[in-house]
Amino acid sequence: MNRHFSVRSKHLATRHRFEVIFKWFGRISIFLALGFLVLMLAIIANMGAGALQQTRIALDVPLLQEGFDINYLDEADYDGLIKSALRQRFPDATSRSQKRQLNNLLSIEAPFTLKKYVLKNPDTIGSTARLWFIASDDVDLFFKGSIELAPEGNAGRLISEAVAWVNELKAAQAIKTVFNFNFFTGGDSREPELAGIFSALVGTALSLLICLAISFPIGVLSAIYLEEFVAKNRWSDFVEINITNLAAVPSIVFGILGLTIFINGFGLPRSSPLVGGMVLALMTLPTIIIASRAALRSVPISIRHAAIGLGATPIQTIFHHVTPLAMPAMLTGAIIGMARALGETAPLLMIGMVAFIVDVPDSIFSPATALPVQIFLWADSPERAFLEKASAAIIVLVVFLIIMNLSAIILRQKFQKKFCKNNF
Amino acid sequence: MSRNNRLRPVLISAFIFLAGISSVQAQQQIKIVGSSTVFPFITSVAERFGKNTNFKTPIVESTGSGGGLKLFCAGLGNLTPDIASASRRIKLSEVELCSQNGVADIVEIKIGFDGIVLANSRSVELVDFSQRDIFLALAKNIPNENGQIIANPFFNWREVNPNLPDVKIEVMGPPPTSGTRDAFVELIMIAGCETFNWVEELKTSDKAAYQALCQTMREDGVYIEAGENDNLIVQKLVANPAAYGIFGFGFLDSNTDIIQGNSIAGISPEFENIAFGEYPVSRSLYIYVKKAHVNEVAGIEEFLSELMANKASGPDGYLADKGMIPLPENEHELWSLRAANLQNLQF
Repeated sequence: MNRHFSVRSKHLATRHRFEVIFKWFGRISIFLALGFLVLMLAIIANMGAGALQQTRIALDVPLLQEGFDINYLDEADYDGLIKSALRQRFPDATSRSQKRQLNNLLSIEAPFTLKKYVLKNPDTIGSTARLWFIASDDVDLFFKGSIELAPEGNAGRLISEAVAWVNELKAAQAIKTVFNFNFFTGGDSREPELAGIFSALVGTALSLLICLAISFPIGVLSAIYLEEFVAKNRWSDFVEINITNLAAVPSIVFGILGLTIFINGFGLPRSSPLVGGMVLALMTLPTIIIASRAALRSVPISIRHAAIGLGATPIQTIFHHVTPLAMPAMLTGAIIGMARALGETAPLLMIGMVAFIVDVPDSIFSPATALPVQIFLWADSPERAFLEKASAAIIVLVVFLIIMNLSAIILRQKFQKKFCKNNF
Repeated sequence: MSRNNRLRPVLISAFIFLAGISSVQAQQQIKIVGSSTVFPFITSVAERFGKNTNFKTPIVESTGSGGGLKLFCAGLGNLTPDIASASRRIKLSEVELCSQNGVADIVEIKIGFDGIVLANSRSVELVDFSQRDIFLALAKNIPNENGQIIANPFFNWREVNPNLPDVKIEVMGPPPTSGTRDAFVELIMIAGCETFNWVEELKTSDKAAYQALCQTMREDGVYIEAGENDNLIVQKLVANPAAYGIFGFGFLDSNTDIIQGNSIAGISPEFENIAFGEYPVSRSLYIYVKKAHVNEVAGIEEFLSELMANKASGPDGYLADKGMIPLPENEHELWSLRAANLQNLQF
């Protein structure tokens, strides 16, 4: 008896030890996964933080009377005014390369800033206007410390004279950084200091709306039909296998499909969120169908029996009792599919959404791009300043994703609670 | 019924949304497709054109030269692009495809040059390579002095040429789909290959063998295909000072504080050297315009005049600041005139 017990306790100790080790392995792997996630986000946030700051330079622009015709204010030579103001501020720029660099201190937006100011305040003509102009990307990077001073006295593309000018501006407190609102309200630009995420954000939102509007009703209805109504036979097995296969098809294939059917076939406009959303809908459809079928299957059979028992028709049973119960899980499936669609660039490449588009799309027919495409385009640009823009855009994409998931969770819980309160 | 009511608004709003997709016409706007090399330049012009005029900013798609011309030649009408850009000249086969699809009149405009550089980290010394050195380092098979073709035995630059540094050969460059790769093969590999006298003879006697010898890059890990993202190559060069990278001049120009361009055949890849045609590895950049669209889509002529203005593609224009090598003054004038007259492409 005694011997028997000791043998058992030895085994028990081994089993307990195994349990402890397994728990620790689990903790370590969770910790590692979280650690990598935090590390990745921290690196991106660190690289992207610079994009939230915009460097501005104060410049006195003499608005001489003879430069303006009061009836044609928008035709004045604002570009020339800026250039001469810069030459006045830094008279030591004499050689061609120095002059060129001088004109590159300010962004190409500067003449438009001045034009807007003059059109708004025509009475200032004749005086000198002191305005804060957006600095060019090279000055911006140098002032924010993203480019280091080389031993030869230059900093990146800024020649040593330009470095001296920036230092002089710093001493005169005529250069500062402000919060970069433009990044969140502006469209794409080839000038990093002017580039904004808004048009891509709108493009993504429109595409996803179309995607949801098409794929969710179709997905849920086909799931209901396949799960509840169709007779199980060879044909239904065939459909089922194909839907499962479709979920695993590489996304670029859907892009090609979109190009040949929607653009070449139906003649829908290229680069539009409409076509983008339709292609993404094709892609998310299988995911939604599979998730919705699983959701329907998980509804207890007693619900159906009770409903039928009380005299409900099969249609009533499904639409009044089964589908509402399955809805939370269906929504989860839809959100997972949408989250996948949010990050796609490959299918959009084929339908022309990988493009330089400045204007914010005003309808689902106007050309648009999407957030991941914008990140791809910026990361591929030669100007160094686009690196921080791309990182900041990644953060915006992640925030967009979090908002989407959060709203799904809230929606889901709302659905769930109401049903429980009313019926149980 | 109450459960049904909760679903109904969702479904109804979805249907209203779908019904909202009515027949609104897309607004007319210039559409440009084509080379990823020309993309940073043509987008600069497009943006300023949109800012300075009342026309909408043109849409520019980066599809690659070949892909762009294919779309361009697909036909006429507002579903096809109005302008295609290319980092090489249009091919005869493409012109034929165009005319088959009704695109008969094409205006050709040369806008500038792009230099291809062999760059490395600034932390090591500059090297002067010849085309023959690069060919011997990067070709899959190389000819030897006895007229035989052997598999490339070199793994160190010093083995290729005793004057080169004693480091492992490691070069990152574009994949075969890239126009940069085509130009690199044509201007460096073939030039280096033809420095062997007997290869010149092979060119006439056995064209296929000649092409296989001169145009095939190594596949044993010495030449690394680094994808289309040149910024990635720049970052890798900084991390690994022994490696060299192949990309366009614009990327060198934007990153001169961390990388440097090595000279080829004694000429360093500087702005002036490329502009005057002394640097051996440069190619021309073109755009092609559908003449039939000029009257259909508003702003094409104005866009061309913005593009060919001195302040844009001229010798001191803003495109030069973006890294494009402008045409010499007289050539720029000639092409501006052709653009203004919408002169047809001549082969």
